[in-house]
Amino acid sequence: MNWIRVRELVRKEFIQLFRDKKNRPLLIVAPLVQLILFGYVVTTDVRDITVGLLDLSRTPESRMLIDAIGGNKTFRITEVIERPVDMDQLLLMRKVNLGVKIPPDFSMKIRKGQTAEVQILADGSMSNMAAVRISYMLTVLEQFNNQVIRELHPVKMSYGKADDRIRTWYNPNLDSRNFYVPGIVAFLIMLLVMLLTSMAIIREKESGTMEQLMVTPLKPLELILGKTIPFILIAQAQMIIVTIFAVFWFDIPLVGSIPLLLVATCLFLLSTLGIGLFISTISATQQEAMMTTFFFILPFFMLSGFVFPVANMPKIVQWLTYLNPLKYFLIIIRGVFLKGTGLEALWPQFAGLLILGLIVFWGSVNLFRKRLD
Amino acid sequence: MASEAVAVQNLVKRYGRFVAVEQISSSVQKGEIFGFLGPNGAGKSTTIRMLCGIITPTSGAGHVAGLDIFTQSEEIKHNIGYMSQKFSLYEDMTPFENIRFYLGIYSVPPEKWKERTHWVLEMTRLENAKHRLTRELPPGWRQRLALGCALLHEPQILFLDEPTSGVDPITRRHFWAFIRQLTTTGVTVFVTTHYMDEAQHCDRVVMINEGKIVVSGPPSRIVQDMFTDRIDADLNDVFIQLMTRNRS
Repeated sequence: MNWIRVRELVRKEFIQLFRDKKNRPLLIVAPLVQLILFGYVVTTDVRDITVGLLDLSRTPESRMLIDAIGGNKTFRITEVIERPVDMDQLLLMRKVNLGVKIPPDFSMKIRKGQTAEVQILADGSMSNMAAVRISYMLTVLEQFNNQVIRELHPVKMSYGKADDRIRTWYNPNLDSRNFYVPGIVAFLIMLLVMLLTSMAIIREKESGTMEQLMVTPLKPLELILGKTIPFILIAQAQMIIVTIFAVFWFDIPLVGSIPLLLVATCLFLLSTLGIGLFISTISATQQEAMMTTFFFILPFFMLSGFVFPVANMPKIVQWLTYLNPLKYFLIIIRGVFLKGTGLEALWPQFAGLLILGLIVFWGSVNLFRKRLD
Repeated sequence: MASEAVAVQNLVKRYGRFVAVEQISSSVQKGEIFGFLGPNGAGKSTTIRMLCGIITPTSGAGHVAGLDIFTQSEEIKHNIGYMSQKFSLYEDMTPFENIRFYLGIYSVPPEKWKERTHWVLEMTRLENAKHRLTRELPPGWRQRLALGCALLHEPQILFLDEPTSGVDPITRRHFWAFIRQLTTTGVTVFVTTHYMDEAQHCDRVVMINEGKIVVSGPPSRIVQDMFTDRIDADLNDVFIQLMTRNRS
């Protein structure tokens, strides 16, 4: 191992990376832009539900219900219609998220002490959103029921009741952004490192300089080190910048230890660089490497628990996720950010990243060396 | 051994069932310009890559600078320079940066960097262009720079794989003048080409076709031996006659 050769290779890699004026912003600005974009876009919070209303009852009771809906800051009554057929149109044209239909006999039944039916129509084509919207509406109806009981039958309220005091830890407002933004950080690092590493090696192959390097005393291990050290440094820099941005721009709580996060990034890079190396070994051109990268990144993304919870996946697929470095890194990064978890709880993930990283990196390095011959 | 820069016996390279190089035996004397001639796909590049330690031969024996090509390819790399037709330079870097990079990669002692850089810039006449991007330089300049980079570590043997493809005749003439001058310092030059007029610059040539040696010797003697009755014959005639005869 000759460190001067490694140093000169790293130096050269940095010269080339920053020589291209188009590359410079790509390295730092692109991750930030993507973070900001995804930070706002990737959210499953259901806010501002538009409601179309059909009141066939027109009584104090029905008005009470309408007030209950309109008074809730999540709902906005945007359309008030007269005929039942119009409701179809509203939902079809996606003018409203929910339709509420109050039947003519609504008040009558309530006054009689019977159960009155209120019809709630939801656009089920987006199943998750519909479920959340319906459950919000049910909460409003619950409150309405309590109110009606209190106002119409005050006498019956003599017995006590259980009151739920719910506290959600680590993310008190259940802000989905707190869940997603740390994940985006992990995903961006993975994408950029895989792309940059494979490109850096492919470029040498395409220009014929790889062949030239083969006739120099440069050893395969020195070549691999020289090609990966720059991206370890860049990834760490990106990690720090993007983390700062997540904390100060998106107000994501960073409870845990930053050094622990950087150690985890290093372990994560072991697999990521390994995959980048692997891609550059099996691809001949930059286009090919680009396509292969996206071929790899999609399953990693899907099976990481970034959006779709691993616990909901079929058993066989759940086993597959153990091979996904992004999954471990996501658990670590979310744990460190939101819960301040330390090694005592995260060691299985750290071990997973280390083992997986060593296998992938070792395998790729071997394949790479074999292909050089 | 002492006077031979390159010596190979029965060198074979097979890729599966395809035989790229078949039983080549030859030797190159120190300080000689040795031409390795043949049509495209004859096995020229494969042979040169085996000698440089890029690929391992299937069988046979070979020594470069007195070192075994099977077991000492790492040591060989310290003693040879290599330049291919691609002029393998980093085009998005300046000549100065390219030189610095190869100085490091060839493990030239850092105290000699300044002197070697100066030598290359002088030799390539690139002093005034040393901070321009390599891709902006004319092909002839890039060729000189590639050659300079291959000589940074003062190798005993210089391997040139079709070094003059894609450069104009004047540049080519300058190039050969430089090569000739280089051999006066004791450097051995091993060159492949399919330009027969260039082969005239060689002290000795070997012609190969389909992986086998068909003729060898000093260019003028090869011509005389084959065309005893013609005075105006040259290496081109030899080449065409030998290659067509072999193909039929």
